[in-house]
Amino acid sequence: MKRRYTISVFTEDMVGLLNRVTIIFTRRKINIHSIAASESEVPNVHRYTIVIEEHEDTVKKIVLQLEKQVEIIKAFYHLDEEIVYQEIALYKVPTDVLAAGKEAEKIVRAHYARVLSVESQFTVIEKTGQKEETQALFNELKPFGILEFVRSGRIAITKPMRTLTAIVEELESEIKQN
Amino acid sequence: MKTVELQNEVFAQKPTQTMSGAQAVVQALIDEGTDLLFGYPGGAIMPVYDALYDVEDRLNHVLTRHEQGATHAAQGYARATGKVGVCIATSGPGATNLITGIADAQIDSTPLVCITGQVHSHLLGTDAFQETDVVGISMPVTKWNFQVTKAEEIPMAIAKAFYIARSGRPGPVLVDITKDAQFEQLEYSQYSFKGLRSYQPKSKLNMQKVAEAAELINAAKKPFVLFGQGVLLSQAEEAFKAFIEKAGIPSAWTIMGASALDSDHYLNVGMLGMHGNYAPNKLTNECDVLIAVGMRFDDRVTGDLSRYAKQAKVVHLEIDPAEIDKNVKTDVAVLGDAKEALLALTGLVDENKHESWLAEFRKLEQEEFAMVVKDELTPSSKELTMGEVMRTINQCTDGQAIVVTDVGQHQMIACRYAKFKQSKSLITSGGLGTMGFCLPAAIGAKMGHPNREVVAVIGDGGFQMTIQELGTIFQSKTPVKIVVLNNEFLGMVRQWQDLFFDKRYASTTMVNPDFQTIVKGYHIQTREVRERSELESAVKEMLNSTESFFLEVKVGREKNVFPMVPTGASVSEIRLK
Ligand SMILES: Cc1ncc(C[n+]2csc(CCOP(=O)(O)OP(=O)(O)O)c2C)c(N)n1
Repeated sequence: MKRRYTISVFTEDMVGLLNRVTIIFTRRKINIHSIAASESEVPNVHRYTIVIEEHEDTVKKIVLQLEKQVEIIKAFYHLDEEIVYQEIALYKVPTDVLAAGKEAEKIVRAHYARVLSVESQFTVIEKTGQKEETQALFNELKPFGILEFVRSGRIAITKPMRTLTAIVEELESEIKQN
Repeated sequence: MKTVELQNEVFAQKPTQTMSGAQAVVQALIDEGTDLLFGYPGGAIMPVYDALYDVEDRLNHVLTRHEQGATHAAQGYARATGKVGVCIATSGPGATNLITGIADAQIDSTPLVCITGQVHSHLLGTDAFQETDVVGISMPVTKWNFQVTKAEEIPMAIAKAFYIARSGRPGPVLVDITKDAQFEQLEYSQYSFKGLRSYQPKSKLNMQKVAEAAELINAAKKPFVLFGQGVLLSQAEEAFKAFIEKAGIPSAWTIMGASALDSDHYLNVGMLGMHGNYAPNKLTNECDVLIAVGMRFDDRVTGDLSRYAKQAKVVHLEIDPAEIDKNVKTDVAVLGDAKEALLALTGLVDENKHESWLAEFRKLEQEEFAMVVKDELTPSSKELTMGEVMRTINQCTDGQAIVVTDVGQHQMIACRYAKFKQSKSLITSGGLGTMGFCLPAAIGAKMGHPNREVVAVIGDGGFQMTIQELGTIFQSKTPVKIVVLNNEFLGMVRQWQDLFFDKRYASTTMVNPDFQTIVKGYHIQTREVRERSELESAVKEMLNSTESFFLEVKVGREKNVFPMVPTGASVSEIRLK
């Protein structure tokens, strides 16, 4: 059965590495639902969070192929229940619809969204949550006219307690022994 | 040497010296022990060629006639010697011409360092003359690649490239160097790469797993070993032999593992795969424990996976964690270097002789002999067969030659019938099946082993894919012995058309030039054989020559290679006709 998996990839900081990561998916014709990349808590270690829908067997093989890449330190895969995850969405709406009546403002409050910026012509609202939640706000704001909308890729923290720092320290001590 | 730590990488460093980036490339190659490289010059790599001119006495550059030839020659060198093959090309078309060879080296785990020139760094991304994104293009087919835009990066990039190419499961790496970085001056120091935290070339042996493997093997009634190139790559030939001899296990090889065990060893039961031997294919589905050593269960070896060795417990000795359970589910995986694993395992297995089980192989071998082999090696028909050519070569070389093959029917025949008494003696394009591989690979093999006889066995089709490398042979005076088995067809494709496409020979007929005249044009000695009576004397003449020699044998046009496991069939459904 295909299920949604979140793959966390820890890499060295190197030009072109994202390409090396994505071609592993492209080659198997696997669609990446979302991808987010940034620096991790360990200096010079980058973290990619990739969401795909696949059979576990395939995901396992992909993770091994990822780890095989020289500059990938580690890769893990998790089901939704094994991680804490969020996405962030930004909504640009006309300022006058917010000002004109209380309705839109109530919606924003009810969704625990916040107003990031108010300009004379538009207002930017921010909502953090899972896709269903950011989508729900989108659906409710839609009648007021959404000028622009963007949602980030998923970012996820895993529940298992082994830290990246510990993993990296262990790997570094192994090379020094050689 | 002092040790340098940079973020995550550890190098050892020697004192410095000022030089240009191009000189640094050459110096770094020499520091890595390179004395031979293959390549083709062009604008973006000219500074490096200029630097090569100064070190011709220490670093021999062989000018091939096409960059693809340079990669295959470097592969042939690497496969014959176990060392890293090096090739070099210019940007744009020079770089793209390397791709087939790099892909071949990637799938066949061959250590290569490829160096390409690139346009000036300020021109990157401008569609400059001869700019191609070779780092992007080669990414799926390299183990690692890197673009250098500053001279100071060169020593470390090259040290790292060699380390990655040769360590763990070997593979091709590419270093792309912009022209300005080749001109720029730097303080050169020799680096030797010691490791990288993100890269574990091999796992430490898990003795628990070794013990579990030994337990399965000791309980087995019908154990069966499959071995691949891993045995050659980890120089485990002796350890492997000691293991199978102690445990008394019949052993079969993939074409990448050929020659790791003497052809005539009493436990060698032959070749696996689509055109492999009858017994090992059939009995794969009857063994109780299957022990795979340094092989990756390629689909040409396994046939239909859903009917592959389902009855057996599977033990997999493998260096690459990504190969475990990739195609065949394993009961016990022993990760690590094949030699270390085999030595440990040999200590734990019981002495055994599976005589009646081995006899089953010998019985099927006789069936195959009667149905296929006899007529291939000693044909009753007038037409010459590829098999009898191989038999004659075996006799005249006493199994001491390195046999290099191209791709097609002659490849399968050469793999099946060549006899080996030395390791690293069969060089063939296994995973990619690259026509055109043979002629340049044979040049590299001969240069790596000037004292061994190197016989290139090629089809008339594949010969014409890299025929221009006759020029390299001539210019470099490399005494490669070339045997073209001419059936005037793209034989292997024609065989499939014969068996599976109602003999509709679409575009497989070859109208060939007069090869004798062409080869003579390169001042290489030639001989053509049409009659059986001439074969032996022709092979002897070829082998007695101290120079390169071209032997063309006109073989039967429409012969098929058997046995055969048709695509989609199970290995035990192997057909003898
Ligand atoms: C570069 C490349 N193109 C196409 C093929 C497909 N192919 C496999 S075998 C073969 C025929 C080879 O013919 P020839 O070289 O004459 O050898 P023979 O099979 O007759 O021994 C072809 C076309 C290939 N393996 N490599």
